[in-house]
Amino acid sequence: MRRRSITVFTGFALAVAVGFAVAVSPYASASPDGLEKVAEKKGFLEEGRLAPIQSDSPIPDYAFPGIADERVATGMAGFVGTLLVFAVAFAIGWLRRRRASVSPTGAAG
Amino acid sequence: MFELLALHIPDGFLSNWVAALCWLPATAAVAIGLRKSTAELIEPRIPVLGVTAAFIFAAQMLNFPIAGGTSGHFLGAALAAILLGPWVACVAMAVVIAIQAFLFADGGITALGANTLNMGVIGALLVGYLMLWTRDLLPKRRGAFLAIAGAGAWLAVMAGAAATSFELAISDTVPLGTVLPAMLGVHALVGIGEAIITVAAVGAVLATRPDLIAVRDLTLRELGRSLPTPTPEGA
Repeated sequence: MRRRSITVFTGFALAVAVGFAVAVSPYASASPDGLEKVAEKKGFLEEGRLAPIQSDSPIPDYAFPGIADERVATGMAGFVGTLLVFAVAFAIGWLRRRRASVSPTGAAG
Repeated sequence: MFELLALHIPDGFLSNWVAALCWLPATAAVAIGLRKSTAELIEPRIPVLGVTAAFIFAAQMLNFPIAGGTSGHFLGAALAAILLGPWVACVAMAVVIAIQAFLFADGGITALGANTLNMGVIGALLVGYLMLWTRDLLPKRRGAFLAIAGAGAWLAVMAGAAATSFELAISDTVPLGTVLPAMLGVHALVGIGEAIITVAAVGAVLATRPDLIAVRDLTLRELGRSLPTPTPEGA
């Protein structure tokens, strides 16, 4: 099998991730997850609350605001979130790398 | 008013001092992970860090139904540890968890430390090292590697669930004898889903770009110095 370039690999993997987030997540199970179910059964679910800063969350509960269709809103949230996580993680890696090339201590690669 | 989706620990579940104490190991591990990533992240690995974090974020949205009206979702800690090495994986988990908390109101803000501890430090870092250690004991075969990935994935979910239970119990939210069996019981099943997804993802990378798997040929002693250089494109 021919070796795929890193850009092709990354692009493909990112497309798969975005695809899942956009097209599959709206159909994900809405049942409570493990911790939520245990909290509900053992009676401490109502102790959970949002931090003050979270009441202004841009995309609360994975529903993109201003979109009436729940599934589209979830898919949109998945699209934005997945690309944002990619960008932030990439930026962190890039910044660390840049620091390494400025002071090449321990950078044997 | 939001419906509370406790994919991760929300604020209010943990007492203030438990939440605060969890910040210590979480911050320390992420800080060390960032330092290590300077040495470990050679150029071609930077997109792999980005895409691993993105994949974990996306997969964590996909709740799959398990028994009794409960759902589980992918955690991704073991997968990250295999692809990125335990330290960088811990950073990747922290990025995902922080964005989920700040942008999506998923998981608490004061509980960020606890969630990072449970999923990043315990899930990615500790289980990641455990997987490396096990791998050094087993024959270097594809099957053994995938078996370790699957077992590590299951263990990361169980260990995270156990840690969450202890944090809740120490917070006096719920007795340990009540929460621990309940959490482990549910997550034993969630962990099976985790293992399947992790083995499938690792298998896919092994089939296409095995050189991108950080921990494939790396011995424990070499870890933290520098990761192997992926073969140049088109070579």
